Amino acid sequence: MPATMFDKIWDSHLVTARDDGRCLLYVDRHIVHDATSQAFAMLDAEGFDLRRPDLTLGTADHYVATGSHTRQNSDQIKMVEDLKKNAQRNGITSYGSGHPRQGIVHVVGPELGFTLPGSVLICADSHTATHGALGALAFGVGQSEVMHVLATQSLWQNRPKQMRITVEGELPFGVTAKDLILRIITTIGAGGGTGHVIEYSGGAIRNLSVEGRMTLCNMSIEAGARAGMVAPDNKVFEWLYGRPFAPTGKDWAAAIDQWRKLPSDPDAQFDSEIILDSPDIEPMVTWGTSPQDALPITAQVPDPDTLGDSQRCHAGRRALEYMGLSPGTPLEEITIDRVFIGSCTNSRLEDLREAAAVAQGRKVRVPSFVVPGSASVKAAAEAEGLHKIFKEAGFLWSDPGCSMCVAMNGDAVPEGERCASTSNRNFEGRQGPGARTHLMNPAMAAAAAVTGHLTDVRYL
Amino acid sequence: MQRFHKHRGLVAAMPLANVDTDQIIPARYLHRPREQGFGDVLFADMSFKESIQVGIDDSQGEEVYSNATILVTGENFGCGSSREHAVWALMDAGFQVVIAPSFGDIFFGNALKNGLLAIKVSEKFTEKLFSEAKSQKDLIINVDLPTQIIEFERSKIEFNIDSFWKYALIEGLSETALTMQLENEIRAFEAKHANHAPWLQNLPKGTEE
Ligand code: SF4
Repeated sequence: MPATMFDKIWDSHLVTARDDGRCLLYVDRHIVHDATSQAFAMLDAEGFDLRRPDLTLGTADHYVATGSHTRQNSDQIKMVEDLKKNAQRNGITSYGSGHPRQGIVHVVGPELGFTLPGSVLICADSHTATHGALGALAFGVGQSEVMHVLATQSLWQNRPKQMRITVEGELPFGVTAKDLILRIITTIGAGGGTGHVIEYSGGAIRNLSVEGRMTLCNMSIEAGARAGMVAPDNKVFEWLYGRPFAPTGKDWAAAIDQWRKLPSDPDAQFDSEIILDSPDIEPMVTWGTSPQDALPITAQVPDPDTLGDSQRCHAGRRALEYMGLSPGTPLEEITIDRVFIGSCTNSRLEDLREAAAVAQGRKVRVPSFVVPGSASVKAAAEAEGLHKIFKEAGFLWSDPGCSMCVAMNGDAVPEGERCASTSNRNFEGRQGPGARTHLMNPAMAAAAAVTGHLTDVRYL
Repeated sequence: MQRFHKHRGLVAAMPLANVDTDQIIPARYLHRPREQGFGDVLFADMSFKESIQVGIDDSQGEEVYSNATILVTGENFGCGSSREHAVWALMDAGFQVVIAPSFGDIFFGNALKNGLLAIKVSEKFTEKLFSEAKSQKDLIINVDLPTQIIEFERSKIEFNIDSFWKYALIEGLSETALTMQLENEIRAFEAKHANHAPWLQNLPKGTEE
């Protein structure tokens, strides 16, 4: 029977299945971070040992300070320390602030080669789908499930449905993976992928860099999907080669052989298929409080009464009130108070290069922050002088962490301020109580920083 | 895990779609130890005016909300972040049942694992509950897990639930303890897997902190 890539990975990780269809999957890779202390406490409370510390990796990200500007409180500092203690006690390799390998879980896993094609990976974070960009099946889970994986190195799941989203052709000038995924979310809706694993395919996806594929897979959860994935190809293999945890020697050759068989068979069946036309896609920005509230930068703030059913209209009115916007305002006329370039969606070297290209020779008009996704991204960016470009333009160049994406570490957007952000969620209060978030790609965020309003970077 | 059998309780209606876990509990409270509880910060940044029990005035809304044990809400409830605190906050605030047309997948799993009964029903049914809750502020409904029935006044509907979760909820079983009994199967799989993809089992050692 023809199988999808998902089928192949799922079937090769099946420990056992129950009569009711629930499947116990083996977990190859588990990443913990500084917001998983409750799972370790549950493990202790239930009296279980950590089964495979060697397959578990830790990195501090959610609560770490990103510089002297971070106003961390003692609770936040304690979370970072707890990770270190839990890791030491359980024999887990873990990276804390200042370590050359520390960074955001979804940046660090792939760049260390901890994430591998054909593997099942889990992490207590909904953006774990990011790792699917390398052809891994990666699920975000809650604390109880983390505890379950710590104790048993396995996870119960119902077999999800499968969706394929195909984008052929080339993305137009100025359009990035971020715009593509925002467009996909507006097309299928914030709940459109619920219960599904999404495979992204087609020429436009293959043309994306490995980093771009991570941005794409990262936001699968904003469409409600359990996971997102892209078939691994030579681009991925070259990208992985020589990374610290990647296989070497004979193992590498055998791994490549196996990975080449991962892509979905030509006749494989999906439960649903979506096809998008790449030439239609423009740089996108969000205007509301759900990632599905996105429009091309050339558009205007919509009239909430035209959004659909009564619940959707109600949500739209509520969103506009929260965002302080009125219908009909051209998106480009919206002035901003702050810019955040970072998060597991857009904080990799490629993202920083795109933002720096816009920042070069210009000056920011509002407080603007660049937060690299990991210490090694930071070092690589500095090696090519990107930090100088940012600093000369007036950006604050920070240490790696989640920072203002989730405002858990003391970095937050002040109440009522409007922030152009490269992160993944524009929920009410996400970047701090009362903060207003507009999501966009890194070049667009840099353009907003230098003009002080939402800007179509293609014409800057 | 807390056992669940039958429950009779007051309804809080929240006719909103896509209520995400950042709204259920904002990130700034997540560092608390589990024992401290999260009930006081449930929906901390949401205003009752717009969200809870649309149609009745504020003071009544607060009163209904503080006594309610059954939350009825719109589609895709609990989307967004995987934080289990969203479930803990609802339970700590006294909720035992959440009824919606659909849920965020991770939230749904987290709920059942903790003994919070999350029930998927048709949109027509939630609409009916919303309008009932609007016309009478003390709407009481019965939820019976063994028979899988929701009942109020003259209405009665059956709901679906995965048979494993039904059993686990009624017995109050911990999933991890059950899986620990499968140690032999896991061990056998591990050996087979190490043969099939040795690079996944023998991880090169990283540098220690
Ligand atoms: S950067 Fe944001 S979305 Fe990504 S892991 Fe950190 S908090 Fe979560």
